[in-house]
Amino acid sequence: MNVLPSPVTELAYLAAAVCFILALKGLSSPRSARRGNLLGAAGAAVAVVTVLLSTDFEGANLAVVLGSVGVGSAVAVPAARRVKMTEMPQLVAIFNGVGGGAAAIVGIMELAEFAGHDVKLVVAGTTAFAVFVGATSLLGSLLTFGKLQGTITSRPIVLPGAGVLLVAALGAGLGAAVAVTLTADVWFGVVLALLGLAFGALLVLPVGGADVPIVISLLNAFTGLAVAASGWAMGSTLLLVAGTLVGASGTILTLAMATAMGRSVNGILFGALKGGSTAG
Amino acid sequence: MSGLTILTIFVLAAFVGVEVVSKVSSTLHTPLMSGANAIHGIILVGAVMVTAHATSPVLLVLGAIAILLATVNLVGGFVVTDRMLEMFSGKKPAQQRAQEPVGSERP
Repeated sequence: MNVLPSPVTELAYLAAAVCFILALKGLSSPRSARRGNLLGAAGAAVAVVTVLLSTDFEGANLAVVLGSVGVGSAVAVPAARRVKMTEMPQLVAIFNGVGGGAAAIVGIMELAEFAGHDVKLVVAGTTAFAVFVGATSLLGSLLTFGKLQGTITSRPIVLPGAGVLLVAALGAGLGAAVAVTLTADVWFGVVLALLGLAFGALLVLPVGGADVPIVISLLNAFTGLAVAASGWAMGSTLLLVAGTLVGASGTILTLAMATAMGRSVNGILFGALKGGSTAG
Repeated sequence: MSGLTILTIFVLAAFVGVEVVSKVSSTLHTPLMSGANAIHGIILVGAVMVTAHATSPVLLVLGAIAILLATVNLVGGFVVTDRMLEMFSGKKPAQQRAQEPVGSERP
């Protein structure tokens, strides 16, 4: 339903963005952490209600949207409520991964809609970024879940020629991203997503078990940047601001976590590839 | 919006993101990560926008999946962060509790 006048919509999104800033600020200090998190949830609720009230829906699409939100909530709330304390990091990894997956799918849907239209280079380029980085975060996060859960070994998994493969996946991803930027073609987008998945797997497999939480934090920042790129491509200030906030604060947090554990992010990601020790 | 306006917003938001978490205490690393994780679930808004005018069945299915995944990220993220912080206020080490003024515990 499109019942909100445009300025009201914009103001509501601004309010949500401010809530997110205050949420991160609140989460940085023990006394205000819980309030900060609730404020973030309130901002998200405002934003979701606003988008539902300010968008024209084709046919029965509103029902599909509401149904999907309902199913998603019905899955997520019990999972988050029942999870054991010790298994919370894995759950956060899954939540992060599915967020990245959502960003990648949104990017591919946008490319499908671009077909037959004149698309600005920067719009196609930021969409390509969202697809690749979102896919990287999706499979990378699911593998970190496996490592923490014990589904796959927590020891570094170094495939033969892993370093070369990693660089090759990144190079091919860059090539596909350029192709998407120039043509805005959806099939290049699908290839780009597959390369993103491969890059995510190759990035995470060589990481040792104890370093996994730091990598989850890094992938969290990745998803933030993918969301920011989506916002850029869609002209949504809210997505741009929220994604950038998470990308920037997530990067700082990753460095802080690595420092607190006496590790370097470089060593965590590439130590095993260089044949160095990632034990610990 | 012009490209430069978007670039300006991006750069300013990046600075804000760095500033707001620059003084985080190490005990809050995991809840902060989890809270930030919930915030990027706001891709839900983008997923709703593109799904709203999807006309082909394939796009509608893709949109439904994107909305489902984004909702899991957004809703689950905030709920699990709240649970982490709930444990926090209950199981704080004595020395840390002593540093806090009386009455700062949640009611």
